[in-house]
Parts: sequence; structure tokens; C-alpha cells
Amino acid sequence: MERTFMGYERPNGDIGIRNHLLIIPTVICSNQVSSRIMQMVPGAVAIPHQHGCSQIGADKDRTFEMLAGTGKNPNVGAVMIISLGCEVVDPVALSEEIRKTGKPVEFFDIQSAGGSVKAISYGAEVAKRLMADLQKQEKVPVPLSKLKVAVKCGGSDATSGLASNPALGVAADSLIGEGGSIVIGETTEIIGAEHLLAERCATPEISDKLYYIVDRFEKEVERMGADMRGGNPSPGNIAGGLSTIEEKSLGCISKCGTAPIQGVIEYAERIPEHGLYFMDSPGNDIECVSGMAAGGAHIVCFTTGRGTPTGAAVVPVIKITGNQMMFRRMEDNMDVDVSDMLDGSVSLEHAGGRIWQEILDVAEGKWTKAEVLGHTEFSINRIGPSL
Amino acid sequence: MITTGADALYMNERDHVVTALREIGAGETIKYRNAAGLQEVTTLNDIPFGHKIAIAEVDGGADVRKYGEVIGRAVEPIAAGQHVHVHNIEGIRGRGDLGTKETE
Repeated sequence: MERTFMGYERPNGDIGIRNHLLIIPTVICSNQVSSRIMQMVPGAVAIPHQHGCSQIGADKDRTFEMLAGTGKNPNVGAVMIISLGCEVVDPVALSEEIRKTGKPVEFFDIQSAGGSVKAISYGAEVAKRLMADLQKQEKVPVPLSKLKVAVKCGGSDATSGLASNPALGVAADSLIGEGGSIVIGETTEIIGAEHLLAERCATPEISDKLYYIVDRFEKEVERMGADMRGGNPSPGNIAGGLSTIEEKSLGCISKCGTAPIQGVIEYAERIPEHGLYFMDSPGNDIECVSGMAAGGAHIVCFTTGRGTPTGAAVVPVIKITGNQMMFRRMEDNMDVDVSDMLDGSVSLEHAGGRIWQEILDVAEGKWTKAEVLGHTEFSINRIGPSL
Repeated sequence: MITTGADALYMNERDHVVTALREIGAGETIKYRNAAGLQEVTTLNDIPFGHKIAIAEVDGGADVRKYGEVIGRAVEPIAAGQHVHVHNIEGIRGRGDLGTKETE
């Protein structure tokens, strides 16, 4: 029999594990108004960002896709879009795109509202009403196969590749076994290990696309005349014992488990249901996690050896470590400690089972440390120059 | 693969290195376990937690393996017991000064 958990059912059939009111500034100029409204309505979350104006082509499209995708994330129950009134990101098109999910979407612009004070006052009224409606929604039993979990590592040290990533891989296999989706990203961090992932692609076309995106990235680094050494592995990675990008990558890929790769998707593209997918994304923690959230991930499982407080605006981030010293030092930020794997007292399967249970608990509503602390980081990966 | 009581972790039979599971001083004889049983190596340097120790000699310019895979090449000859890190191995990928796909 299919396993179920309690979640929020959206009008289009999507399932949410949280019920956020999301406030989206279409442009950097409406960040302040958005943040003030968020402060006035507990439970609302805003995603201030640096973009939305003076952008063209791929960068303009990317900003739109990131804002639309975050609004469409199933953990979002209602959306309020705040425009300045003259930016390149079209708030009408954005609201129409998010409304395709059937969820309530309101928008207004600051210029028409009559400035910051009036916009904050009007927006707070709208947000209060949307939030009151969200509170009436009740959870219903939904199949576990609907769950989409992103896997990510950041602030890696040697324990990431030895303990937390392989243990997360076991949990990833458990979700795939239930019919759910896993998405792994970080194109920069499969360099040197891409041949192992390519062997696991379900078709030669998927394998070719994986090689293509790695090659595209390496060519871009070369074009800039840059050398990734010093940036990746980062100084913290090196202090933690990682010597080369190949070593880091080989430790990275075990976190997605052992399933075949069913597709390679673009940054912020919607994550398909059922199976393992690769998202072309930077290794940069916040940009990568934000792209996964915009792709519709319900949960991000984030392994770290060095430690990080990272959270995400609409997605719970479960932080997992294999470094006991760091866990004790940064317990405020860490959810799961699997360091006992390293002294042999706990098996890989047992450690993986612990992460799997945490995923199930968080899906049912348990708050992650990042949620308790109000971490709502959001960042959009860029492509070209601003005008 | 992971065994209680070991000082360092051995991942794959093709590996040239093990990973220190504690701070290890120079001149210590440490234990790790592979398929053939408990093995020993005497360290030539201080090894921080999480860092690598050579368990075999590696020629300068040769591939260095961990997880059974190539993690880079030796920039100088490496002796068993030596600390293996950025001072004596280098990555081959993602470098502006080299073409792509140089590894196998």
C-alpha cells in the first residue's frame, strides 16, 4: 500500500509541506517595502534580491523564472507581488504565470500606491487577508511519492565524502524507492566525477547532456581566463583536508544515491516527478538552493563538514554533518549528526535511516533548525552584465 | 569498510591514500583496515583530522587515487606515510591553464 503523509493540497494537485504567504519584490527597488510588510505579518516570507531592472535576454528571463518558480513552489499557499512600476520584470505576466497553479496571487506597484508608506500600509492589509485565508486550510493525507527532495553539500570537509554524503545517498534511495523525486545539482562540483554520473544516465541522450553542461562550464571558466583552484576547493575545503576539485566532486556525488539519472534540467526548471534528476546549477550554496526551491523542491537536504547556517525562503533545509567537532560547535544550525559512522559504531544504512526519518518528520511539519532561526536566504544566479 | 579502532579510513583497493580520523603526529605508527586485514603505516608528517596519508609510494607526475578514482596528480614523488595535500598533488580539471577532459 502506498505510504502517505499529511500535506497541503493545491488547486493544481501539487502537494505542499508548508503553507507560506510569499511576498515577491519584482525588482530590487521594492525590497524594502516587501521586507517591511513581511515584518508586519508573522508567517509571511519575502525574497528580496538584487535584480529585475536593467536586465536583458537570458538574465531577464532567469530573474522571471526564479521569481515565478519560487511563487509556484508547492510550499507556497498564496503570493503577493510588489512592483515598483517601471522595471523590466512584468508583474502582470509574473502574476499570471503563478496563477496557473490556482493559488491566490495579488499584485500592486509602489508608484501607483503613492510611495513607501502608502504601499506598506496597503500591502499589509492585503497580506493580512491572504494570511487569514491560508490559516483556514487543513492538511490532508497525500502519497509520499509526491515528495521532491533536493540534495546539496556546502562547506565540505573530508567527512562530507566519507560519512554525510554517502548516508544522504541511502536516504535518497529510500525516497526513490517510494516513488518520489531526488534532484542533485552543482555542475561545478561534479567536475572530475562526471563520467561516473554519466554512466548512470538512463539514456545516451541524457548522458550527452550531462557531459555538455560540464564542458560548457569548463569552457566558460577558460574563457574568463580564470583558474578554479582557490575558489574550488574553497579555502575552508582545503583546511578540512580536500586537495583538488576531483576529490571534492567524488565525495559530492554519493549524496544522490544509486538510482539511474532520468533527466538533466536547467537551473530553476520544474523538477519532474518520480526518479533522480540533475539540475544545471552553480555550487554556490544560496544560488543553488534557491534554484532548487524554484524548481519545486519540498525539502533540501544539505550536508556540511565545516558548518553553515544556510536556510531557504520557502523550503525547509535539513543540515546533516559527519563532523562531530563541528556538530558540537554549531548545534544551533545542525539537524542530523552521522559522525558515529566514522568510528564504525553505526552502519551506513543506519545513518541513512536516521536522515530518512528526519525527511519524513520535516515533511509532516517538524521545523528544521534553519526554520526555527528564521533563515530565509534567497539568491538568483546571474549570467551576463547589467545595463 | 569502516572499522572501530582504526586511525584512518581506507576507501578502495585502488587507493594510494587513507584519511585521518583523528589528529596524528609525525612518527606515529597508525592502523587502517583493508580487505587483507589490519595494516600499519608510520607517518612522516603531522596529519590534521580529515587529511590524507599516503599508504604507497607514488611517482612524481603519476595519478593519485581515493575512492578508487583519480583525485589529481603528484607534483613530486610521494613516500608512504607522507601527508598528501595541496603541496604535493594538484587537480587536473577546471583549470584555466589546461584543456578539459585530461583525466580518463
